[in-house]
Amino acid sequence: MKYDEALAKYEPVLGIETHIELGTASKMFCGCPTGFGAEPNTQVCPVCLGLPGALPVTNHAAIEGIIKIGLALNCEIVEWCRFARKNYFYPDMPKNFQISQYDEPLCVNGFLEVEAEGETYRIEIERVHMEEDTGKSLHVGGATGRIQGADHSLVDYNRAGIPLVEIVTKPIPATGEKAPLVARAYATELRELVRSLGVSDVRMEEGSMRCDVNVSLMPRGAAEWGTRTETKNVNSLRSVERAVRSEIERQAGVLSGGGRIVQETRHFHEDTGRTTSGRSKEEAQDYRYFPEPDLVPMAPSREWVAELKASLPELPAARRRRVQAEWALSDLELRDVVNAGAVELIEATVAAGADAGAARKWWMNELSRRATEQGVELDALPITPEQVARIQAMVAAGELNDKLARQVFEGVLAGEGAPDEVVAARGLKVVSDEGELSSIIDRVIADNAAVADKVRSGKVAAAGALVGAVMKATRGQADAGRARELILEKLGAS
Amino acid sequence: MSELVTKGAAELGELIAGGDVSAVEVARAHLDRIARVDGQVNAFLHVDAETTLAQARAVDERRAAGEELGPLAGVPIAHKDVFTTADMPTTAGSKILEGWLPPYDATVTARLRKAGLVILGKTNMDEFAMGSSTENSAYGPTRNPWDTSRIPGGSSGGSSAAVASYQAPLSTGTDTGGSIRQPAAVTGIVGMKPTYGGASRYGMIAFASSLDTPGPFARNVLDAALLHEAFSGHDAMDSTSIDAAVPPVVEAARRGDVNGLRVGVVKEFHGEGYEPGVTARFDEAVEVLESLGAKVVEVSCPNFTYALPAYYLIAPSECSSNLARFDAMRYGLRVGDDGSRSAEEVMALTRAAGFGPEVKRRIMLGTYALSSGYYDAYYGKAQQVRTLIKRDFEAAFEQVDVLISPTTPTTAFTIGERADDPMAMYLADLCTIPTNLAGNAAISVPCGLSDGLPVGLQIMAPVLADDRVYRVGAAIERALEDRWGGPLLAQAPAL
Repeated sequence: MKYDEALAKYEPVLGIETHIELGTASKMFCGCPTGFGAEPNTQVCPVCLGLPGALPVTNHAAIEGIIKIGLALNCEIVEWCRFARKNYFYPDMPKNFQISQYDEPLCVNGFLEVEAEGETYRIEIERVHMEEDTGKSLHVGGATGRIQGADHSLVDYNRAGIPLVEIVTKPIPATGEKAPLVARAYATELRELVRSLGVSDVRMEEGSMRCDVNVSLMPRGAAEWGTRTETKNVNSLRSVERAVRSEIERQAGVLSGGGRIVQETRHFHEDTGRTTSGRSKEEAQDYRYFPEPDLVPMAPSREWVAELKASLPELPAARRRRVQAEWALSDLELRDVVNAGAVELIEATVAAGADAGAARKWWMNELSRRATEQGVELDALPITPEQVARIQAMVAAGELNDKLARQVFEGVLAGEGAPDEVVAARGLKVVSDEGELSSIIDRVIADNAAVADKVRSGKVAAAGALVGAVMKATRGQADAGRARELILEKLGAS
Repeated sequence: MSELVTKGAAELGELIAGGDVSAVEVARAHLDRIARVDGQVNAFLHVDAETTLAQARAVDERRAAGEELGPLAGVPIAHKDVFTTADMPTTAGSKILEGWLPPYDATVTARLRKAGLVILGKTNMDEFAMGSSTENSAYGPTRNPWDTSRIPGGSSGGSSAAVASYQAPLSTGTDTGGSIRQPAAVTGIVGMKPTYGGASRYGMIAFASSLDTPGPFARNVLDAALLHEAFSGHDAMDSTSIDAAVPPVVEAARRGDVNGLRVGVVKEFHGEGYEPGVTARFDEAVEVLESLGAKVVEVSCPNFTYALPAYYLIAPSECSSNLARFDAMRYGLRVGDDGSRSAEEVMALTRAAGFGPEVKRRIMLGTYALSSGYYDAYYGKAQQVRTLIKRDFEAAFEQVDVLISPTTPTTAFTIGERADDPMAMYLADLCTIPTNLAGNAAISVPCGLSDGLPVGLQIMAPVLADDRVYRVGAAIERALEDRWGGPLLAQAPAL
């Protein structure tokens, strides 16, 4: 069913579960390193491999990380809680149970305010709990890359035991046709928030932030919520929006055709933008949760929680309000900067000496364009805010013009070195030697006598062609403004 | 029989330290004894003379180099096959781990290596420590040195039999519901279950995590205390390990007096259901304690009656989860992997072939007890009973310093006698289970014979008062040995 039609008949209710891998140096319950991309099964030990006799010991840094997230989400941090075992068999689960939390989560009852198209939504957070990640299965052969139909599977346990925080919203009603945008805005805001805390790199493309999206529909005006589905494998902010939209359309089609929604897990496919059925929750596994006997309960002291609260950095919402005022941005400009993930980058560039307008210009135009071309996030470009500030300093000093500056950016991004090295290696300095510039202008005037006469006779606008010729002759390295001044002076038109 | 194998650990330690005998000579004497008698006893699952002698040589070299070594350096020890050893296979008595060579040492193993103890081998046990007779081993039953048609207790039956048959002066065991104390009682030796968290569980293959406790076996109370002290203390690798000093157990074992001590007889563990010979020896032990100046009173612990059923919900629940990791994916047995079957099918076939009937019974019990809809009625209720049992102990220890009871209601039964009756088998741990549920300390010391078979006296103390059970144990040991004219074990028939 078409989206507009679906929304005319049904009201969606959302729910979002987000998993965030914490960026601790070591794993949740052992001392193994956590770096991404290492050779398979090189970051493992008896504990994270679940060898007989091995025991978990809680990583204090991970608990600190989750409490910071809980506090930033306005949660209550409980005084006492336990880990629980979630029992199920799967080859990438070394112990065939996951250490998680069940009915005693560490953080409860928070909220996060998000904005979608100028409207603010308060997303209620039900719980934030701590668990360990599983290993990663690679299914070889077969069409889908899933276990069904695969010839064989390989398992990498490097990820097993990496600390994972799960953030669960309460049901989010009354978002109407904006449901997909609200879902995306929530994921975006959550990512910004966690990134600002410095506890995770929250990269969806590397799986350090993963969203499961719950969607149900009820007929407009109905009192009872419909049956929900849970869509997994949603690996980008854009996919969050698309998955909600696609699931609304699909469910509306089923319901209006007289069908019923099956409570199930669904998988989102980036290529088609559609979801397909996974396993049914109606024949759900019984996880046989019980308190983890190998770990003592967690009882974060009130003093510690207060200390962590006091140590929280400026959070994104407050920072946005501040930079909007400091940089004199319109609401629209601010939104663009935020959506591009450029707030911190611009701030750092300003801190390195650039003025805010110029810093914003470079990040939002030149660098955003290049990031889009390369298909990476802005902060993944191989250039630092300090380097951007240095290039801008050369522009401000008249050593580079905008065109040359773009070549410097190109050089830095291509790995040719720091801005000064690129300038030197490519010979990109503005021609500022007045004698040399003057003689070039003389030659240009001589070669373009007709145009020169027009300028002499008062058609100052015609000077542009001469400036262009000078720039061409200097391969763009002249200061165009100074060249214009000199031309007009020589032709007596100034 | 070489004289060296009849000596206790403290004495051997002194002889080695004094240069009267080398660690290699002591190890060799014990290896000879194993070669001669273990065919009748089947206490060991793994013996490797070369590895043992190499360890002994290393200790002699350390001493020759002037290194300061502990009191047990050079003394041989046998480890229950539930502790991981990086140089010897570890099977937990199960087919599913046959031939598994762990890449790491358990904390207990590592600490004792460092203290210079020489490992003779790994001892037989009920599969995954589930049982009271060692008949549940996948590698055949161990036999009681007092009468080889009888069981040596369990689950640490290999360890108790090895010490009782002079194949080792010391051994380690684990006690989840009585698996050290009951084998010690029925083989006429000393076995101690320390306070939960007093010694590390790291590298000890789990049966029931909240109950499993490593502990020592020895032929006398002082030797047990020396071993206890050598492997105990806080371990950062075990989150449930207690960060406190080890109680002064060796000092208490040397002191061994009970004058003025208040001793409580647990009313619920006396009388009906107990073999008359067991009751008679227990009553005599009470008189001995009184004669030594202890004040003995009767104490009621009404909830102890519910300990056995609570235990048989909690322990299977935890084991159903702990044993899930044996799935053929990373180590151990793999059955049916012929390229045509899914991982799930291989897991199921492996577990069906690799686990014995008692292990399967408990996995199923525990899986059921934790199931959605049954959790509150079974696991939840059992945890409430556990709290009540702790309170019974707390109330009792307000009146008395230690509690005593028979260790187990009967002497060693014959092999096969209870094999088809799990309930009869479970009753062997009736008196020992409350201590596991509450996490406190208890010891079993020999207190005489009933129809020619050993009877054990259990002494229980509060959490972290482990020294108290050694103090009482040493006192009664001295008094009884005076009566018997030597250790009880001297009355055992020769193998």
